Amino acid sequence: MRYNEPSPLEVRVISQRFDLPNSASIDTYLANEGYVAIKKALDMTPEAIIEELKRSSLRGRGGAGFPTGMKWSFVPRNTGKPTYVICNSDESEPGTCKDRLLMENDPHQLIEGMMIAAWTIKSNKGYIFIRGEYRYLIEIVDRAIAEAYERGYLGKNLFGSGWDFDLYTHTGAGAYECGEESALLESLEGRRGVPRLKPPFPAVVGAFQSPTILNNCETFASVPVIIRNGGIWFAELGTPRNGGTRLVCVSGHVNKPGVYELPMGFPVMRLINEVCGGMRNGKKLKAVIPGGSSAPVLRAEECENLPYDYDSLAKLKTMAGSGGLVVLDEDTDIVAVALRTIKFYAHESCGWCIPCREGTTWLKKILTRFHEGGGQKSDIDLIGDLADNMLGRTFCALGDAAAMPTTGFITKFRDEFEAYLKKSQTTAPVPELVNI
Amino acid sequence: MTFSPELEARFAKLLKSYPPGRTRSAVVPMLLYAQDEVGCVSQELIEEVARRCGVTTLQVDEVIGYYSMLHRKPLGKYHVQVCTNIACQALGGEELYEHASRTLGLGNKEATPDGLISLEEVECMGACSWAPAIQINYDFHHLVTPERFDRLIEALRDGSYGKKAS
Amino acid sequence: MADPVKFMVDGQHLQAPAGTLLINAAKEAGIAIPAFCYYDGISLQAACRMCLVEVEKTPKLQVACTLPVAEGMVVHTDSPQVRKARKGTLEFLLTNHPLDCPVCDKGGECELQDMVFRYGAGESRYRETKLHVDEKQWSPIVFYDAPRCILCYRCVRICGEGLGVAALGIGNRGAAAEIVPNKGDHLECDECGACIDICPVGALTSGTYRYKTRPWEMEHVGTICTHCSDGCKTTLGVRNGDIMRANNRDRSGVNDEFLCVKGRYAFDFNENPDRLTAPLVRTNGELKPVSWAIALATVAKKFSEVKAKGGTFGVIGSNHTSNEENYLLQKFARQVLGTSNIDHHRTGDVATLLDALSGRTNALAATADLYTTKAALVVDSDLAQEHPFLAYQLRANWRHHKARVYAVTPGPVREDNYGTGVRAEPGREFEALDGLRSKLAAEPELLILFGAAVKGEAIRQLVAFGDSLGIPVKYVCLVDYSNSRGASDMGVLPDLLPGYHHVSEAGLEPGMNCDQILSAPNLDVLWVVGANPLARQPLAAANAFVVVNEMFLSTETARRADVVFPAMSAYEKNGTVTNVCGDVQKLTKGAKTMGTKSDLDIIALLAKEMRADLGATTPEQVFEEIRTAVPGYQKLPFGVIETGGAAATSPLNGRVQFDPRPELIRPAGNTLFTSGTLGRFSPMLNSVIESPGALYHDPHHRPFIEKGSGQIVTVQDK
Ligand SMILES: Cc1cc2nc3c(=O)[nH]c(=O)nc-3n(C[C@H](O)[C@H](O)[C@H](O)COP(=O)(O)O)c2cc1C
Ligand code: SF4
Ligand code: FES
Repeated sequence: MRYNEPSPLEVRVISQRFDLPNSASIDTYLANEGYVAIKKALDMTPEAIIEELKRSSLRGRGGAGFPTGMKWSFVPRNTGKPTYVICNSDESEPGTCKDRLLMENDPHQLIEGMMIAAWTIKSNKGYIFIRGEYRYLIEIVDRAIAEAYERGYLGKNLFGSGWDFDLYTHTGAGAYECGEESALLESLEGRRGVPRLKPPFPAVVGAFQSPTILNNCETFASVPVIIRNGGIWFAELGTPRNGGTRLVCVSGHVNKPGVYELPMGFPVMRLINEVCGGMRNGKKLKAVIPGGSSAPVLRAEECENLPYDYDSLAKLKTMAGSGGLVVLDEDTDIVAVALRTIKFYAHESCGWCIPCREGTTWLKKILTRFHEGGGQKSDIDLIGDLADNMLGRTFCALGDAAAMPTTGFITKFRDEFEAYLKKSQTTAPVPELVNI
Repeated sequence: MTFSPELEARFAKLLKSYPPGRTRSAVVPMLLYAQDEVGCVSQELIEEVARRCGVTTLQVDEVIGYYSMLHRKPLGKYHVQVCTNIACQALGGEELYEHASRTLGLGNKEATPDGLISLEEVECMGACSWAPAIQINYDFHHLVTPERFDRLIEALRDGSYGKKAS
Repeated sequence: MADPVKFMVDGQHLQAPAGTLLINAAKEAGIAIPAFCYYDGISLQAACRMCLVEVEKTPKLQVACTLPVAEGMVVHTDSPQVRKARKGTLEFLLTNHPLDCPVCDKGGECELQDMVFRYGAGESRYRETKLHVDEKQWSPIVFYDAPRCILCYRCVRICGEGLGVAALGIGNRGAAAEIVPNKGDHLECDECGACIDICPVGALTSGTYRYKTRPWEMEHVGTICTHCSDGCKTTLGVRNGDIMRANNRDRSGVNDEFLCVKGRYAFDFNENPDRLTAPLVRTNGELKPVSWAIALATVAKKFSEVKAKGGTFGVIGSNHTSNEENYLLQKFARQVLGTSNIDHHRTGDVATLLDALSGRTNALAATADLYTTKAALVVDSDLAQEHPFLAYQLRANWRHHKARVYAVTPGPVREDNYGTGVRAEPGREFEALDGLRSKLAAEPELLILFGAAVKGEAIRQLVAFGDSLGIPVKYVCLVDYSNSRGASDMGVLPDLLPGYHHVSEAGLEPGMNCDQILSAPNLDVLWVVGANPLARQPLAAANAFVVVNEMFLSTETARRADVVFPAMSAYEKNGTVTNVCGDVQKLTKGAKTMGTKSDLDIIALLAKEMRADLGATTPEQVFEEIRTAVPGYQKLPFGVIETGGAAATSPLNGRVQFDPRPELIRPAGNTLFTSGTLGRFSPMLNSVIESPGALYHDPHHRPFIEKGSGQIVTVQDK
């Protein structure tokens, strides 16, 4: 199911089969160009496959937007160790709900994408790491995997090439941090989802101490169409250096929130007004969180003429992240959003390093007090300074993911924080400074 | 410990899914799947999983403390999870949670005395575009209004949940 | 070796081998980069973020504890940005850290306190409530206060990586994360306390030390542990003559920072209220306290009388007393009493090993070799139980240098967990060794450690096996007590003089051994110095006059005595001891018990009372005499020992003529939680006795071969 109506403005490339009857079944997939790309790939050298990906300018859909072709090229060959292909379907970034649709509606496309990755590095085993809450998707993907085995698309000696590939699902159990690639690998190996020291990166030392390709679900799902139609074709769907289409998850105060496949560089205001039917109840736009809750907020003015792609957002010191776009109208209490955001990161901090563990907790406490009316003028700068003390100093990017939006709220909406002080301040005495 | 044949089959498959000598990988899935059947992660289950995966009980304990879906005490037969993260918050997720808490008379992670229903305020669960969202056990319910919420709870209570479309 | 890398830190041009971590390279140059989680010798964490430094041309601050130096790197460790980062990290740490420093055991030697003093924030910006969790007790020894914990994971690593016990883990996550013990609410482990000593703050505290004193009220005395033959260096914290704690935090000595439960906590026998503090003389059938003068006179008179009438003496020395005491005791026996009836409880057949190795050089391993040898073989010993430090050291060698370790033992041992374990009953170990022959022969060198079951002919067979491998082989004969090796080297034996010379060389006849002394019906005098032979065998001579130097009256031997001299413990005297590998180290007087004397003083005073001239009688003088008179000790570098170092003896070379009597070799049978008589008087040790079997191995992975199954099975092959 797709849960929302499609929009005529969409460019349906990886979601092209979403609305077909029995879209998850292998028959539907096969009848619609399924498992064509892998056969083509089997005749290509690894270099050629990587070259095609580079030409497509496909960038990772998991958050960091790292060029996928380049990432695959980092995997060392012939180390004598096995290699692995891992799909990151942990999808836990607030605002994001696209990998869910990809697995629910077209699991074979994901499987085929992973097969191409596996063939490229001659891997014999792959895992799809699915967040624990998505139990029903594990059933769907397991069924698809079973179908693929039945038809000989997975298992031994695939297509007579002598190459074996086995694919499994692996469930998470409730931890945002497991979306971070090295924490995911720890979790896959049966441990606490705490990130690993990098370097070495997973490409070199990944799953089970071996070279590994690890990508987001949408990234893998984009691979078959690239191999089928060519990298150039895909690249040209988007803007330079930002190839293809992506699934944008729009939520918040629009008339038709939903997941829409749009070409890279699609203007944000058209997305809100045309694809999503404009703001709810005719309200005015106040702010947009453009790439999941880790992305610093944009004020309405900043969204004018803003193409939705990695580079344009980076220029505004925010990011396209995981493609989760939260639209907030004029009635939104930014302090409440800032508080809810930091609460999330404090809850999800793995606790490994000091700045993240203590920083998120402290920020949560200040913002809670601020939100309840116990705020002080100096708190605003303190929040900014604490976020600054976290940024770039934590063990993994979760600390940054918590610090960046906090800084964003404070700098972009300082006026709201100040106004909040005036209107909310209770008569309760300001808490004393605690000796530390 | 004895489990249902389906769960045993699942365990058998899991233990074969990982490279040789890597049965530790099965710890988290086994705990979660078994918890669904047993109701919680009991000490007995910890020892069983430790034995089957070839790890120490401490290594299992460490894992349980880490993952928010694993719990040592039983929750309700129906675990109702209300998301209040930013996308849901924007569309009334927090009010929905308040409503749930008030009408069920439950605080966070509490269960009704008859053990039928438990409530939890959860983080984003991947339903942002169809907010506000809740999960009852593993079932998603999208665009949940307080009224719809009440109907769902009624269905849980009268046993009709899952039998007719809600 | 590759060319060193050149780089710059705080304006200083430095160089270091490629791969050196910046934190270490800077330290070499005297530039301290603060760190909590970084700890030499265990794995890297980069978790505390205290060691952040600025590296030119990199946008973010870099973590010095995991960053290898690179050519041309320019580093600033004290820039404004770095200072702000450190201050920020400390501020974060303090938000949930209780400020109970005035009552915290760690106050005054807390790394967090020191860091805040140097780099910290002056004023608070914190208005929120601190998290609180109640303190927990995990064992008689280990207490954990979660709010004080900064989560540096040092304890988890030293336990898992260092000891191989892995009794500590991490529970919960985020701000609620804390250290958890392996059994839910308590610990089952070696109780070694390494976790407590390695904790930079007061999160882990010891049941024997907590709330007793402030660190600056103690004197710190470096000496040698008295419990087993491994000879770990220990630093006693002494206040008013009482030992408050023991640790080796300065990482000096053969043992780096290692101490087992006995070394770290079982010093409390020393303060046991049952300690004897006055000499006792039996009058009217009862032992009554008397003055030293009376006791000495009584014994001297008796000795002189028996000597004058040509009566029979038996002298039993100790494997706990110092080399000087053992040396002087045998000198007293042979010169003053004129007897060769002297022996001690032998726990290993050192003499046969020396004989079997005669004519070779470099065939005896020193303690340091355990950390450097490329391969080691353990035969018939459960090192973790009997030689905890040797077990730790072999493991460290495997961790740091990938050494291969083989164990041929009757039951499961810790070495199975990382090396090659072969189960074989005593008596069948050579069959098992044959099975390993090709693997061992492929090693570049081998260090063989063997337990007391290998004695007499078996030692010669073992050396022949070593020879057959065609590679350099060194040996360690695993004797048990703190100075068993010294007692043997010093000639506390009926047929051997100091340095393994046969008594005939001095024109003497071999005397009676221990068992013969005890069963001789005509014995007139038995003098036992620091031993309890009557626990094993009754004294045949009902009328013998028995003199005992002891710390406690309740040993079987002391209760039979006619005179008991209250003796000092090893922690109360100066001298030297020789450990299992033949390394000599210095005992330094730390504690005091009023009324006691050292065995050395007792021997010297008796000699004086008997108007005999023993020559040298202070520890320093006697040591000098040993250095000139005892083969093997002649080249000992005095300076090394005097400054707390360990120096290897070389008590070779040439055949040893003696009567081997393998039946006299009796292992002490001590475990990690027992220590002969001393252990009986340590309340702490008795409070933590764990079931030793549970500690061996991971039950899930390794088949447990029952003792007595008669099988030879390789359980783990690495
Ligand atoms: C805290 C944190 C959470 C993350 N969560 C996810 C996630 O849920 N899904 C995902 O695909 N990537 C997530 N990432 C990004 C991954 O680390 C990784 O970059 C990505 O999976 C790589 O795939 P890509 O190159 O295809 O984007 C997360 C990163 C961080 C730091
Ligand atoms: S964490 Fe650091 S920080 Fe701690 S010691 Fe290190 S890095 Fe260094
Ligand atoms: S914010 Fe509620 S499901 Fe994402």
